[in-house]
Amino acid sequence: MMNAKLGCLLAGALVFCGMAHAAGDAQRGQTIVMQGDGSGAPCLACHGLDGAGNDAAGFPRLAGLDAGYLEKQMQDYRTGTRQSAIMAPNVDNLDDQQIADVAAWYASQTAAVPPLPDADSELMAHGERLATRGDWDSYVVPCETCHGPGSEGVGSAFPRLAGQHAGYIKQQLQAWKSGARSNDPDQLMLAIAARLSDEQIEAVATYLARQPMQGDL
Amino acid sequence: MPRRLTPVLVTTLLGSGIAQAQTDVPVQLPAFKEGQYVHEAPTVDDLMQDESINPELRKVILRGRDMFINTQQFRDEYVFNDLNCKNCHMGEGRLNWSGPVWPAATTLPDFRGKNQHVNSLEERIAGCFSFSMNGKPPEYGSDDMLALAAYHQWLAKKAPVYETNIGGRGFSHLGREMPAETSYEGGEQVYREHCARCHGTDGQGVRLSEQTVFPPLWGDGSYNWGAGMTRVFTAASFIKNNMPLGKPGSLSDQQAWDVALFINSHERPQDPRYTGDARETREKFNNFHKFTMYGTEFNGQVLGQHDNTGTKPFLKPDALRPRSFE
Repeated sequence: MMNAKLGCLLAGALVFCGMAHAAGDAQRGQTIVMQGDGSGAPCLACHGLDGAGNDAAGFPRLAGLDAGYLEKQMQDYRTGTRQSAIMAPNVDNLDDQQIADVAAWYASQTAAVPPLPDADSELMAHGERLATRGDWDSYVVPCETCHGPGSEGVGSAFPRLAGQHAGYIKQQLQAWKSGARSNDPDQLMLAIAARLSDEQIEAVATYLARQPMQGDL
Repeated sequence: MPRRLTPVLVTTLLGSGIAQAQTDVPVQLPAFKEGQYVHEAPTVDDLMQDESINPELRKVILRGRDMFINTQQFRDEYVFNDLNCKNCHMGEGRLNWSGPVWPAATTLPDFRGKNQHVNSLEERIAGCFSFSMNGKPPEYGSDDMLALAAYHQWLAKKAPVYETNIGGRGFSHLGREMPAETSYEGGEQVYREHCARCHGTDGQGVRLSEQTVFPPLWGDGSYNWGAGMTRVFTAASFIKNNMPLGKPGSLSDQQAWDVALFINSHERPQDPRYTGDARETREKFNNFHKFTMYGTEFNGQVLGQHDNTGTKPFLKPDALRPRSFE
């Protein structure tokens, strides 16, 4: 089971974990995932108990994401640093410990990425180029430079992208471009997202969604 | 159709960028100077489509490119720290303002101040391995050296030989003289705010699955005391035009100087030219070390006064040797 602390150790840089937080308890987290925060919908209604999410509905996959990353996102929804009319009312009653517990639950989930229909091979090749080599002439650095080998995520600042739903990746990149999302550290994601064309966003989302989870979760 | 970057004057944008709604992060690179040769290095896609390239040569160039990007495959053979060539020469060695490597193929052989003799391209590459990679270069004339040299030369395609007035070359656009007000403490603050997230609170970087994700900036995993990057001006210009990643030009000149001083006031593996005394070594190679903190006193310690060569089991690789035609 990967809890926040272990995730930090694996990343090899404790700085990712600078946020003061209690260690999450996945078992307690499971209960919250099933029951919700008391006023909103339970997490599993949209993200599933196993964190698989739902591409068609725009709900991200949470399974296997770094606990520190998940924790920060929920805290940001609660404070409004990350805005979502759906998420805000569903986490606003959770305290720090409960948020850590939910994060620990989803971080420990290993739901397989369901097979997707084959995508256009040129689109996939374009997406692979962006993820692994970038487009330096437009100062678009490769996803892997920060999100790590196989875009499997690095610490709490750079979440796993491999296996994330294409719709969600597109929606978030567009959110950075439009200014709707701005809770990335040091505007590192905004810098890149703002330079991506719609075609590049389509390509990289298509590619990343079809990457397996190879990590030893 | 790739959108080519238009370099802009840093000074004109610094003020205006701040007031705008933060919906984008400008790429703020220095303007090229009048009369400079500005190169557009070919991409690997160009290589694959170039029918004039013999398939055997293509293989060699691709091998060199692979060595450049994943230098860690030679860990404990050529490389004894956590770095890859691409960590300092970003964009696969193609990028202007990021130490593009192709000029080594068009300007060498030439006299080099660092070792006071005429260097070939292979010798220049050997310098990188000996200092920046804290390692032992591939043998001169070996398959691996040929591959790296071929990659450099191919990146230089269509560039004029012996032209030295090159836009975006090297790391010196902030000049060589560290401003008097440069501050270690100021650098520490910049580091905490903008660098530590990736490079770690102790400069140790991040490694995952035996691959370097974020390179270490000091300590055993980083460049040694003889690497060009230990010069404060080199690091300052690199940082100014390349860091934080994706945000070139976002730090002020002084922030870049401060954090360069901070990073380069930390310990790292010994300079392979070490005489046994850091102050003496500094004096002996003063043309280089006058720009570094090596052999100076910091917090009661003389930086570089130690026998630590990192994980490299020797001090000086045999490839580093003088040459004379007298």
